[in-house]
Amino acid sequence: MATISTIRWLALGAALALGAPAAQAQQAPIKIGELNSYAQWAAFTVPYRNGWQMALDEINAKGGVLGRRIEIISRDDGATTGSATRVADELVSREGVSLLFGSFLSNVGVAMADYANQKKIVYIAAEPLTDAVTMAQGNRYTFRIRPNNFMQVGMLVDQAKASGAKRWAIVAPNYEYGQSAAAVFKRLIQERVPGAQIVAEQYPALGKIEAGATASAIEQAKPDGIFNVLFGPDLTQFVREGNTRGLFEGATVLSLLTGEPEWLLPLKDEVPEGWTVTGYPWDEIKDPKHKAFIDAYRAKYNDTPRLGSLLGYMVMTMIRDAIERAGSTETEAVIKALEDAKFDTVIGPVTMRGIDNQATMGAWVGKLVLKGAAGGMTDWAYKDGASFMPTEAEVKAVRKD
Amino acid sequence: MDPAFLAVQALSGLSSASSLFITACGLTIVFGVTRIVNFAHGSLYMIGAYTAATLVPRLLELSFGPVTFWAGILASAIIVGLIGVIIEVLLLRRIYGAPELFQLLATFGVVLVVQDLVVQVFGPQDILGPRAPGLRAPVEILGRRFPSYELVLIAAGPIVLGLVWLLLRKTRFGVLVRAATQDRDMVASLGVNQALLFTGTLFLGAFLAGLGGALQIPRVSANTGMDLSIIAEAFVVTVVGGMGSVPGAFLAALVIGQLQAFGILIFPKSTLVVVFLLMAVVLAIRPYGFFGRAEIIGGTHAVGIASRRPLAGRSFILITLMAILAAFPLVADAYLLKVATEILIFALFAFSLQLLIGVGGIVSFGHAAFFGLGAYGAALAVKWYGVSMEAALPLGLALAALGAALVGAFVVRLSGIYLAMMTLAAAQILYAVAFQWVEVTGGDNGIVGVWPSPWASGPIPYYLLTAVLTVITVLLLKRIIDAPFGYSLRAARDSEARAEAIGLKIRQHRWFAFTIAGAAAGLAGGIYAFSRGSVDPSLLGISTSVDALTMLLLGGIQTVMGPLVGAAALHGLRDWIMPLTPLWRLLLGLSIIAMVLIFPRGLVGTVRDWWGART
Repeated sequence: MATISTIRWLALGAALALGAPAAQAQQAPIKIGELNSYAQWAAFTVPYRNGWQMALDEINAKGGVLGRRIEIISRDDGATTGSATRVADELVSREGVSLLFGSFLSNVGVAMADYANQKKIVYIAAEPLTDAVTMAQGNRYTFRIRPNNFMQVGMLVDQAKASGAKRWAIVAPNYEYGQSAAAVFKRLIQERVPGAQIVAEQYPALGKIEAGATASAIEQAKPDGIFNVLFGPDLTQFVREGNTRGLFEGATVLSLLTGEPEWLLPLKDEVPEGWTVTGYPWDEIKDPKHKAFIDAYRAKYNDTPRLGSLLGYMVMTMIRDAIERAGSTETEAVIKALEDAKFDTVIGPVTMRGIDNQATMGAWVGKLVLKGAAGGMTDWAYKDGASFMPTEAEVKAVRKD
Repeated sequence: MDPAFLAVQALSGLSSASSLFITACGLTIVFGVTRIVNFAHGSLYMIGAYTAATLVPRLLELSFGPVTFWAGILASAIIVGLIGVIIEVLLLRRIYGAPELFQLLATFGVVLVVQDLVVQVFGPQDILGPRAPGLRAPVEILGRRFPSYELVLIAAGPIVLGLVWLLLRKTRFGVLVRAATQDRDMVASLGVNQALLFTGTLFLGAFLAGLGGALQIPRVSANTGMDLSIIAEAFVVTVVGGMGSVPGAFLAALVIGQLQAFGILIFPKSTLVVVFLLMAVVLAIRPYGFFGRAEIIGGTHAVGIASRRPLAGRSFILITLMAILAAFPLVADAYLLKVATEILIFALFAFSLQLLIGVGGIVSFGHAAFFGLGAYGAALAVKWYGVSMEAALPLGLALAALGAALVGAFVVRLSGIYLAMMTLAAAQILYAVAFQWVEVTGGDNGIVGVWPSPWASGPIPYYLLTAVLTVITVLLLKRIIDAPFGYSLRAARDSEARAEAIGLKIRQHRWFAFTIAGAAAGLAGGIYAFSRGSVDPSLLGISTSVDALTMLLLGGIQTVMGPLVGAAALHGLRDWIMPLTPLWRLLLGLSIIAMVLIFPRGLVGTVRDWWGART
């Protein structure tokens, strides 16, 4: 027995001795911190993690960036502002990451932006959509990839003009994202649709909707248009109650994000057909480069992509490009490489506008339709974000930096 | 207002009342017999919903018609009932005689374990169950459509009430349950097989929780937040109705259902607060709820710090400790200092709770209320008045002391489990206010940008500031514990009647203690806010209260130093384990349970006993 164990130890020693020079030749990996609500918002964040993991594998297979591998240290952000900044602090001061990306909820995004500003570290808000992240609370350390509320609501309001609906009801979760979307909607609908008025507003607490009571309170106001910002479990319950009570019949419904598979799939065959939504019609994408991504994703994970998958993949590749152009992971260099930079992504060219650090990534706008046993989008078009962004004057008016 | 609309709204209220009653009824029966407030009841409800949402679609595919739907619901409830039996046999059976605090914590440990297990078993996605066959179409009520399934739910509540009534009145099991609710010891003396009775009761309770959850699947998707949201409401129902009273629970559920349905019209943004406000009002007027009665065995189990001869050379130990604290920045890096700062803050927080529980015997389950008030007070002062940290910290402390004085005035009239529930209600009201009064508190967003003054920013100065404030406050509290005031509190804790007989004003003393403890917790909260740079409602949440209790328990409730050691142990462990595993809730839950079962004296207590046995 002793002999065998000695031989094992010798073999191990030899392996280490042989392996060591190879390991030394390669430089230490670039450490990047990632945090997201993997426990609470798994429907979006798990496909998102698959997305960045896929991009990371591809990048490292090609030798990484600047001759170094990329290592991502990923954590759960706990889905609250305090917990997220605490986790971020751990990533920065214990793990020594060079930049941060991630987070899902808008309130967490705002807190992370504040944290990035305080600690002078680059934070790329992948998902949080509230305007505040790039407008009122924006700072030079915080960047955002996805189209913000102002842009997505702008796309939907353009669709609303044709419907002729004038009496609008709003239902939105009562936290940063819902409040921001509702405020933008109120402003844009009154600016762009003459004679439009808001007749009812319901703000259930996130994840705590009383769907029956909410639906009948909206019905009571007899709106001919409904603007919905709910997502996740709240949306599912609201749609079910609304369908049963005929709330959506004869009304124009505009709905943020509902066309994204992560929120559409749980609705199964109860998809509210005819809603005008922003979303991700991955099954009808023909563009070869984008299609190649979708096929590769399906092959790798044996699952259909969500919007989160696409976003995770895009964020990772954009970070790679930025670090390569910066030539280092030093904060100032990365900021310089990100501002006004053009990126060639799977969905086409995307620019990071320097004045507010908001990317020009767009959104797919279309109508919900039942396709077999689950919902999908039809009659859709990709709206490039560049033409829906807030004007430079608007940005300058609210940003403090 | 349109009468049809009012009618539909009232019906919505009735159906939520029905669902709530079915779940809460199980909780109240279990409490009546076992005297355990089962936090895990909400977890059983959640398991019921997940099981049904997974099981029923499979059964429907067999196409035996609508009956399979209801069979699936029933089967899910039975499965949950069996899980309840497992929990009883493995855990509850061992803690029937333990103090309330230990019971609450142990069942909360189960909540944490179930949260992780559910994700492992059913996956992270919310599961939308199928609709009940034949009940998809709505019915017209006064020209308005109303979901027909809700009508079934409205009927289900009274049906369950009737069946439970029959069970309790007409069967031998029911007679025993009622007898045990009246006097558990007498039932045991008369030779009834208690083990079987308690297991049966847990089955019934868990079955009802599972049924409540399973019946929800056509309305809500099964999701991981269900457990805590239902348990909070179920607590309110059982407490308002009177712990252990089934008809009381029914009445309370009716009131709460209507309050929610119409509350949404009057205060569309403050739906959460009305429920807990109702509980506070009812408890203030009727300390035992609608149909409850005074606790006979309740009161306090006299766990708490005991008198000991002061350690020889304790001033030497104290000076050494302070020197170590002061020298720590010389060896630690920035991150370690951050962790040390947090440990000191939690130590102060847990120590302030020790004054209530260990000294005063006031088992508070909502101590986070004052930690959160301190944090919010400081943050609001910064946000609205732009004051500096030096002014914000005392303001936070003052707000917490004020809040504690107000809450304390109501709390000291109660005892036992009602007291714990009243403190929980107070914390939940504050949580709801912080969560939904968006204009002032920022709601879910919290308040960001709460950073310390320049001289105190940076890890080393802030650590030192925290250390100084913590040490001073702890020494001050220690002085209070050792003063005649502390001894009066302990006298009241150990024997209320005797303490009163020698002329102590128990309520007044307890009220002072409550205010002092609240102020100290508020100071901890304020320091915490500046260490993080932000505040959010979770500071006021149940889990923050549980954190403090766990630290207290882990360190040892019978010792003065216990909470300090407990804070270091728990926070250090959490900081070490959390990055390593996604299953940290499971680990934390299991360790809480293990602590209750194996080390009820905590770390310091165990070490001291061991030391005492040696010498």
